[in-house]
Amino acid sequence: MSIFQSLIKKEVLHLVRDFRTVTVVLVMPVVLLSLFGFAISTEVNNVRIVAVVEQHTDETVQIIDRLRSNAYFTFEGIVPFRDVDGLLRKGRVDAAVVFRTEDGRLQHQILADASNTNMAQTSTAYLESAISYGTGPAVVSHTLYNPQLKSAYNFVPGIMGMIFILICAMMTSVSIVNEKESGTMNLLLVSPVRPRTIILSKLVPYFLLSCVILTLVLVLSYTVLGLPFSFSVIHVIWVTILYVILALGLGLLISTLVSTQVAALLVSGVMFMIPVVLLSGMIFPVENMPPVLQWLTCAIPARWYISAMRVLMVQQLPVSYVLTEVLILAGMTLLVLALAIRKFNAKR
Amino acid sequence: MRCAVEIQGLTKRYGKLVALDHVSFSVPEGTLFGLIGPDGAGKTTLYQILTTLLGPDEGSATVAGWDVVKDYKKLRAEIGYMPERFSLYPDLTVNENLQFFASLFGVDVKDNFDLIAPIFDQLKNFPNRRAGALSGGMKQKLALGCALIHRPKVLLLDEPTTGVDAVSRGEFWDMLATLKENGITILVSTSYMDEAERCERIALINKGKILDVNAPGRLIEGLDQNLYNASAKEMYPLLEALRSLPDVRDCYTFGATLHVVTDDGFDLDAAMCRLRQGGLDDVRIWPAKGNVEDLFIQLAKNDG
Amino acid sequence: MDKEIVISVKELTKEFGSFTAVDHITLQVRRGEIFGFLGANGAGKTTAMRMLCGLSFPTSGSGTVAGYDIYRQAEEIKRHIGYMSQKFSLYENLTVWENLNLFATIYGMNAKSIREKADAAFRALGMESMRHVLVREIPLGWKQKLAFTAATLHSPEVVFLDEPTGGVDPATRRKFWEMIYRSSAEGMTVFVTTHYLDEAEYCHRVSIMVDGQIKALDSPEGLKRQYHAETMDEVFRTVAKDAKRGD
Repeated sequence: MSIFQSLIKKEVLHLVRDFRTVTVVLVMPVVLLSLFGFAISTEVNNVRIVAVVEQHTDETVQIIDRLRSNAYFTFEGIVPFRDVDGLLRKGRVDAAVVFRTEDGRLQHQILADASNTNMAQTSTAYLESAISYGTGPAVVSHTLYNPQLKSAYNFVPGIMGMIFILICAMMTSVSIVNEKESGTMNLLLVSPVRPRTIILSKLVPYFLLSCVILTLVLVLSYTVLGLPFSFSVIHVIWVTILYVILALGLGLLISTLVSTQVAALLVSGVMFMIPVVLLSGMIFPVENMPPVLQWLTCAIPARWYISAMRVLMVQQLPVSYVLTEVLILAGMTLLVLALAIRKFNAKR
Repeated sequence: MRCAVEIQGLTKRYGKLVALDHVSFSVPEGTLFGLIGPDGAGKTTLYQILTTLLGPDEGSATVAGWDVVKDYKKLRAEIGYMPERFSLYPDLTVNENLQFFASLFGVDVKDNFDLIAPIFDQLKNFPNRRAGALSGGMKQKLALGCALIHRPKVLLLDEPTTGVDAVSRGEFWDMLATLKENGITILVSTSYMDEAERCERIALINKGKILDVNAPGRLIEGLDQNLYNASAKEMYPLLEALRSLPDVRDCYTFGATLHVVTDDGFDLDAAMCRLRQGGLDDVRIWPAKGNVEDLFIQLAKNDG
Repeated sequence: MDKEIVISVKELTKEFGSFTAVDHITLQVRRGEIFGFLGANGAGKTTAMRMLCGLSFPTSGSGTVAGYDIYRQAEEIKRHIGYMSQKFSLYENLTVWENLNLFATIYGMNAKSIREKADAAFRALGMESMRHVLVREIPLGWKQKLAFTAATLHSPEVVFLDEPTGGVDPATRRKFWEMIYRSSAEGMTVFVTTHYLDEAEYCHRVSIMVDGQIKALDSPEGLKRQYHAETMDEVFRTVAKDAKRGD
């Protein structure tokens, strides 16, 4: 057996013996995908509303009928204006519509409980459209790429961006730092094995693990979550592999910068996971952020990866549409790997 | 005689702290050489330089004839290293650890098993036990076996006996003696002064400086002069009383007795008299035989 | 009960499943005594010491420490003992004074007596100038003295020392033992484990644990006579050579 094979075998044994961690790593993507795909949804249903009507007219009756029959709302009834505040405070209703006739024209005011911003915004928008229905020119909206507006479509790329950072960057850095802490890294370094062989032997098992997880995620996305399957899956795979290599490089870089496992966890967690979740566009759209934050997101690999995945997996556009993203990811990969290897060798 | 380890003016600084201060000594081939000094003396730093993990700031060193900076690649194949802490993979079994370290050096476990067979006498009974589940003494033996599996010319052991009980320590030194018979040069560090006597030559190190290098027997020559044992029923008052006597240079506890270092003009009878007058019972003072520990205390004291 | 007996245990046993870590040990320690608790690795010293400190309950047997029952009054025991180990003793990122103050406060001393006792201790140790130095910046020898002071500032009845001198140079070890001597002369009981067998000679009495049992217990001179040995090292080797367990 060659030295390299022997190092890989050792690494695989570590993984196999640490059965719990591997299970968590394999189960986590499944759980996350199911959670975000099914349980968590940004659509708003069952908004509880009440109406305040100063003077009943045909118009108000029609509007209230529409609200009653709308599936998004649960109409709780018509109440006097003085009760509205109490109902909102107690959380009995989510929004109230006040109808008033001024100068012969019907005016309306919406009072929404904005303690849940998302809910308030969405329900207000629904209410507006339900009330103004039929007045003014008709707007025919046609949503492209995700006609049913399924939130799963939005989350799959985000979850992929997160999982690979977690597995590659976090697990690699922790595993290398673990050897540093226990002193076995010194034993490896004083043996005739070349440092780059040591590095490579650390990266290969996690690369393979990532491939397994990629398969898992793709199978789940295209079957259970029902993403449209097409030839573009090939591009999804190779862009993901590029991203995985980048994440491995980040893990290696972290391991050269810190000396304890806790620090490795914190750095990979705080410096990479949290920005990935918050700044990569997974939850909050990058376009809505203040300019400073937008620039900051440019430094986050996951932002580019997720954006490429949206194009390839959801929009199913040809690969030429993600050229910028791919080039940036490739550049980052080269930079990170070069830095990590230089840092690793500079220890002597 | 050729030297397995040759160190010249080796200096290493960490910021303001001087971990090694112009250290020079050499270890002849085939010797069991002890590096004796307390924690923080610079022993581990020296080992890290000799094993090429760390570069020196000044000076040079060769191990097995190879320079630690220029020829580090060749050097690495010739040395066996056992770091301070237990540094094997606890989740791998005894055999897996051994095979892994053999493969790093491109050898087969069978090739050199004869060398470690005496060490593996007990370990061979449970080849499939995880290293983490072994007892302290067993772990130490496995680590030694892994350091030896490629038949190194020079064995570098950094405090292999720290935290190990007296019986296991004894066994460990017996194993080192056997390895020396096989022609392996051993540089071993320890903070246990009593282990110095099991080495052929020792270097005393404190605060990054080498205090002295010689055979243990030669080092303590002349130490017996002006060295006395003292005992009494109440030891702590005796210690204080002795320190207040004229001509007493130093007085410290030493096993069941106190050791008293005196100036040349020390008058034993007069001293006994004064101690008895001071109200101490059963006072006895008699000449003592010095050992490495006495030497270390004196050298460390001179060093400030 | 004899007021001069500070630690008294009878047939103390601790089992972990089918493994008997401590096997019916019986011993008594007098006030002001320096008691050396020796044993091979894995003999059960740490387990026994944890029971004496009120950190773990015995499976069977009985005992009192500082007059308190080890089953029913574990919290009282903790208040009346001091504990120092080599591995964990002081906070490196706190200053000398902050460390002392912290430990004394934990043991329920009031601010005034902490200040008085700490001043006295700093004077006795010659550490007055180091008061506001971070612990990580002071030499190992000082750290140990400081750790001992922190463990004894509240004037405990017994102080437990778990391998307090590992890796320390001979001169510093001796100074440390002088502190132990002084405390013992002032009436504090000292219960100490060590791997240095010359240190066993400093103890008034010594017990040697092998495979969970106390195989020998006497003064160092008595043990040497009994085993026809010159030094405690020989005694230990003779007693512990048949040990089956390691740790």
